[in-house]
Amino acid sequence: MNIRNAPPAPSATDLPASVQQMIGAAMYEEETEFPIEIGYVYNTCAAVQNANPIFWDAAVAEAVTGGPIAPPTMMSVWFRPHHWAPGATGERKALQTHFDLKELLDLPEAVVASNVAVFGEPVRPGDRLTTCQIVRSIGPLKQTKLGLGRFWTIDVETTNQRGEWVGTEIYTMLGYRRPEQ
Amino acid sequence: MSTTTFRSLPGITAAEITAGQQLPPLRHPVSATTIVLGALASRDWRPMHHDKDFAVERNGVKNIFINTPNNAAWFERYITDWTGPKGRLGRLRFEMKKSVFPGDEMCFAGVVRELATDAAGCHWVDLDLTISVDGEVRTTGHARVAVPGDPTDNPWTRKGERWMP
Repeated sequence: MNIRNAPPAPSATDLPASVQQMIGAAMYEEETEFPIEIGYVYNTCAAVQNANPIFWDAAVAEAVTGGPIAPPTMMSVWFRPHHWAPGATGERKALQTHFDLKELLDLPEAVVASNVAVFGEPVRPGDRLTTCQIVRSIGPLKQTKLGLGRFWTIDVETTNQRGEWVGTEIYTMLGYRRPEQ
Repeated sequence: MSTTTFRSLPGITAAEITAGQQLPPLRHPVSATTIVLGALASRDWRPMHHDKDFAVERNGVKNIFINTPNNAAWFERYITDWTGPKGRLGRLRFEMKKSVFPGDEMCFAGVVRELATDAAGCHWVDLDLTISVDGEVRTTGHARVAVPGDPTDNPWTRKGERWMP
């Protein structure tokens, strides 16, 4: 399913081969650490005082959404690692392809230029979700206010255990080098 | 599915919406508890969202502040307060220009930018959103939400090619 309004911009032609081959490839596939649970749904709704009855009233949920669901904006919540787990070592980064690009393109600084979340099939208690990261485009080197850098776009696509599309987060980043660097 | 229950639920339909229409404002006072509840509910354990000393000394800000996924949850609540439970969020984009801290009062505002019906017959509303504190815009956002075309229509039943957010 095409969730974009327009095709991604063509990428720059001066990219190293190691970077070029990342474009369009699904990377860092990862499954949620636990099945989706209703407790986090209640915690989230309570935190923002969201009284939407599809999250609180089983009869309404059945009538509207065919049973309980999680708020769509919780999509990224399900992939955040536990603060601690047995045997865990080091810090895991949420958007590893972004950090890979910074390193491979030798652009030590980066900021998020924009972030769009697009929501598909609702997430339900008991679901197991899978995510992967896809670099969609990498722009040419250009001079920005922050320094010389490139814009790149990464999609984080999420599917459920039935292979249905759950949503996509589209990150546009500016990787750059400060003038003094 | 209980048709009676579904039809009796409150909510807005596309026929009741016009471009330029303003959403009812929402005001909410923010405390440290507000911020910590939101951070932990979104599994965001980073200390700047629960540890004031860290936020001040490492981030150079005056206090802990609302985290990004919780900001999304606030926008979702604001939108569906207006649409009712049949409203289904399709797309959300926002930019946190300045942080929201304990002691602030968030004021949510929204305006209908555009209405459209797609090829599958889904009724879409595009919204421009803001969160302001003391008249200063702290966050701007844009959302696309599906609303029923009539009281029997249910955007949540759309799947596959019938759901094009």
